[in-house]
Amino acid sequence: MRDFFGSIGSAAAFLFAGVARLFGLFARVSSAALFSGAAKKPTRHNAVFHQMVLSGVDSLPIICLVGCSMGMVLALQGAYQLKQFGAVMYTGSLVSVSVARELGPLMAAIVIAGRIGARMAAEIGTMKVQEEVDALTTMGLDPIRLLVVPRCLALCFTLPCLVIVTDVVAMIGGFVIGVLSVGINPDLYISKSFDALVLKDIYTGLAKSFLFAALIGLVSCHQGLSVEGGADEVGRATTQAVVTSIVLIIVVDCLATAVFYYALPS
Amino acid sequence: MITIKGLTKSFGERVVLNGIDLEIPEGKITVIMGGSGGGKSTLLRHLIGLNKPDEGLILIDNENIVDLSFNQMNEVRRKFGMLFQGSALFNSMTVFENVALPLQEHTDLSEEIIKIIVKVKLELVGLTGFEDFMPFEISGGMKKRVALARAIALDPKIVFYDEPGAGLDPITASMIDQLILDLSQKLKITSVVVTHEMQSAFKIADQIVMLHKGKVLEIGSPDRIRNSQNPYVQQFINGEHEGAIPFKQTSEAYLKGLLET
Repeated sequence: MRDFFGSIGSAAAFLFAGVARLFGLFARVSSAALFSGAAKKPTRHNAVFHQMVLSGVDSLPIICLVGCSMGMVLALQGAYQLKQFGAVMYTGSLVSVSVARELGPLMAAIVIAGRIGARMAAEIGTMKVQEEVDALTTMGLDPIRLLVVPRCLALCFTLPCLVIVTDVVAMIGGFVIGVLSVGINPDLYISKSFDALVLKDIYTGLAKSFLFAALIGLVSCHQGLSVEGGADEVGRATTQAVVTSIVLIIVVDCLATAVFYYALPS
Repeated sequence: MITIKGLTKSFGERVVLNGIDLEIPEGKITVIMGGSGGGKSTLLRHLIGLNKPDEGLILIDNENIVDLSFNQMNEVRRKFGMLFQGSALFNSMTVFENVALPLQEHTDLSEEIIKIIVKVKLELVGLTGFEDFMPFEISGGMKKRVALARAIALDPKIVFYDEPGAGLDPITASMIDQLILDLSQKLKITSVVVTHEMQSAFKIADQIVMLHKGKVLEIGSPDRIRNSQNPYVQQFINGEHEGAIPFKQTSEAYLKGLLET
């Protein structure tokens, strides 16, 4: 019994310590990003742009594939259920609202956590192993400003953009299935899709994606910087970055949805 | 220039540095030698402010760096450069960008001036024309030389070298030794070299410090070290597997030795 409560206690302490470290990193990144203009040397724009290409442009193919498949599946499954109530024409509404409010931001964030989060953790972890982070420190340069800030800033800009792409592509996927497979009139499908959407659906989805981007960036960079040792540790940090990011994305999504639901009633 | 007084550091029960007192003279080359686990690299990490000691002082230009904040320490770090064992070049940057980084971040010089300085530094290490190469496109010895060019980019007063010849063929290692000598003689840079390569140490050193189990065992000119009567020093410089440090020991003695160091 004592061991049981002891293990729960140590797990809780471990969790709180992790959250505290994440907040510590958040404070350092935000002060470096916010006071960048006032600093002697601002954030390197080239580095931010480079990271934006990596996390944004290069992620477009996979984001489109996932978004399109998601829209198609949603239309098929939705139509199958709606048919029982004679409401097949509402398939477009179901796809557009669920994608804009929930599935678009969530799926895009999970794909980016796997693709970019893993990359960030492995890259910074390897830099740590090869003493590149120590080299920056000994040159009197802050690794947070040079490595973490550009990655987090870039992701906070590109993920909301990728979510818009996911939403649009998923709606197109849903349209193709709705019209070609389910047999809904194209004009009716489009009008029902847009009738159901309100502005709140779009901006709450984008606000969530901004939060997810900050989470993925902070967690992945934190895992990368925590590497001490060799290749084994880089592997551990990479896995941990993806797993922690996805778990936190789902938890924060749940909390944010509740906040938006109660704080911003339609 | 650098004064170390009573420097002590433990990792758990293991005492890695045990009251080190040391004076590193200005403009000279000081070589720190010792066996693996003797505390050389830990001492170096303390000198560059990557580790904080449990006790003791490190004075650089009469300023104790032990209690400095991150930002204050960064100001002190501008006085020195560091050559890491594995070169630690930024793999996503070209040779030019690697050498230019400290200049871009610490000075307000124009890009044109930075280009000229980088060219001069690369010429100093014999790598003219390699500006656009990526680190993975050049050999280990060339990487070391680029890292050296980066370390001296801001014209530091002190350069620290961690195992400069490690993993290099004898000719390239000798070239690196010559570069260290040139920098010291031409630019009057104070050099601190951590190595366990005897030939290199005796070639370049003005002063040799022998560390063993976290303590200074012997200190002096290369001749003094060569003629030392200390059995550990003799075993080390002659590279003998049997001597004051036994080749094989009992598990109790091994454990005791580990806890002592």
